[in-house]
Amino acid sequence: MPGVSPRPLALALLALAGALAVALSLAVGSVPIHGAELWAVFTGGGDPLHRELLLSLRLPRALAAFATGGLLGLAGALMQVLLRNPLADPYVLGLSGGAAVGALGAMLLGAAAVWVPGAAFVGALLSTVLVFGLAQGVGGWTPTRLLLTGVVVAAGWGAVVTFLLTLSPAERLPGMLYWLMGDLSYARSPWPAWLLLVPAALLVVPLGRGLNVLARGPLLAASLGVAVRPLEITVYVLASALTAMAVSTAGSVGFVGLVVPHMLRLALGNDQRLILPASVLAGGALLTLADTLARTLLAPQQLPVGVITALLGVPTFLLLLYRSR
Amino acid sequence: MTVLTTQDLVIDIPGRADGRPLTLRVAPGQRWGVLGPNGVGKTTLLHTLAGLRAPRAGRVLLDDTPLEALKRKRVAQRLALVFQDRQDGFPATVLETALIGRHPFLAPWRREGAEDLLLAREALAALAVSHLADRLVTTLSGGERQRVAIATALAQTPSVWLADEPTNHLDLHHQVAVMKLLRERAGRGAAVVMGLHDLNLAARWCDHLLLLYPDGQHCFGPAEAMLEPTALARLYGQPLTMARVGGAPVFVPADPAPGASDDRP
Repeated sequence: MPGVSPRPLALALLALAGALAVALSLAVGSVPIHGAELWAVFTGGGDPLHRELLLSLRLPRALAAFATGGLLGLAGALMQVLLRNPLADPYVLGLSGGAAVGALGAMLLGAAAVWVPGAAFVGALLSTVLVFGLAQGVGGWTPTRLLLTGVVVAAGWGAVVTFLLTLSPAERLPGMLYWLMGDLSYARSPWPAWLLLVPAALLVVPLGRGLNVLARGPLLAASLGVAVRPLEITVYVLASALTAMAVSTAGSVGFVGLVVPHMLRLALGNDQRLILPASVLAGGALLTLADTLARTLLAPQQLPVGVITALLGVPTFLLLLYRSR
Repeated sequence: MTVLTTQDLVIDIPGRADGRPLTLRVAPGQRWGVLGPNGVGKTTLLHTLAGLRAPRAGRVLLDDTPLEALKRKRVAQRLALVFQDRQDGFPATVLETALIGRHPFLAPWRREGAEDLLLAREALAALAVSHLADRLVTTLSGGERQRVAIATALAQTPSVWLADEPTNHLDLHHQVAVMKLLRERAGRGAAVVMGLHDLNLAARWCDHLLLLYPDGQHCFGPAEAMLEPTALARLYGQPLTMARVGGAPVFVPADPAPGASDDRP
């Protein structure tokens, strides 16, 4: 709120949490690397082995986790405003299904691993276009029709995914299942995700007040001077691109996009100008922590990070729902 | 001088014939009441006047410029609409709700300044909801939410007020307070157009009336000329009796003569 503003403080705390999560994820693993040693590596010294481990394995993975979490948090917050439904998540419109069909199809065809993210991205965009086109219907789309179209298209993708899994040779199945649960061990490079996340996070700040008004309903928003349809299309395209990038980086990691904006709303109120950047930071911190757990909990066995986010997210979300009035 | 004009306007009500196109001029300082039976299109007309619905034919001009040639933001700087019902997908506080009335005046990257906050707080005070400023609107009663909605429009500082049943959910005291507020706004040069189902509110507080008939016909004019019991009886399909209380006309449904009604046992 204007006047007494908890806004910079909240964002600073979340940024600090994100930095700590990244630091923790760098320090923890089969070879623990502690504070002074971490510092030495990043100032250009340190043990060459540690240096190699940090700079070419742990750091890219931590950055990929943070960016994916940030993308999902932001996409979830945007979808919730677009559909005016606090229970929407980035996958509610069938994006993850389209991405899964693309990625699994590529895996089934034996494509090299470098092609999988691209195939997932194309699948996600295809699903976006499909849902958007079908939801137009007679007389343009409404949130309800968009939601229902997305849910039905997602069910269709689900059937195709099952079909692809049944066709797949047994040795490819574990990789596919890990992908479906969301797994950062495939994350090759964090940079495409960051290249989308940073401009998107900056772009949504000036959209925030308009989204606050849009959350009150399209007619009221139009009467207050919001160009409703262009704003909705912008949000839809942006959220879809963010989700497609997240899915192609780490597979369909669940619950981050649903739980993060929801928890932030309970804690910080409902001003999108705060919630949107906060969702980026909190989503990034959460997924970085979850991935650290996924790497270390049953080491040397690695869990797909989606298992951790779901195991954390499901009870948290049920508790929030139970306690909400 | 007019601020809001309709030229051969036919509002789009599905399944209804065009009726008679409406050519109406609303001048600053006038208080128009739009009367008609349920479903006649009072709300549709107000939404069309605000540019939220496309008319079937004709056009609406704001300050002599067709609405469709104006940006939504420009329209919102001049014209506010108080809706009959409202939805709250996400809870927000009363002060935040009043502040969104300032949205059309702020550039995207600007935050609400001290002046906006002052206007919002004054608007809440004018509607006697200052004490609720930090409450979530979803926790308010219907009448309180109605007053918050009017406060949002007040913070929007419009030259044209379109109010759809502004006294919805309000008790008598707040009905009078809201009508006085709208009259005071008109006294300062705003044009006010209200959709009303209560004939007596219209008779008491409007200086011009527009009567909408279910077949798409209409008539309009100064209130005293329009408050004709037989015309109003035809409007509502209900015989009316007029009395005068303190000089103001009051209409009550006429009691049909005993035995005149078919539906009695």
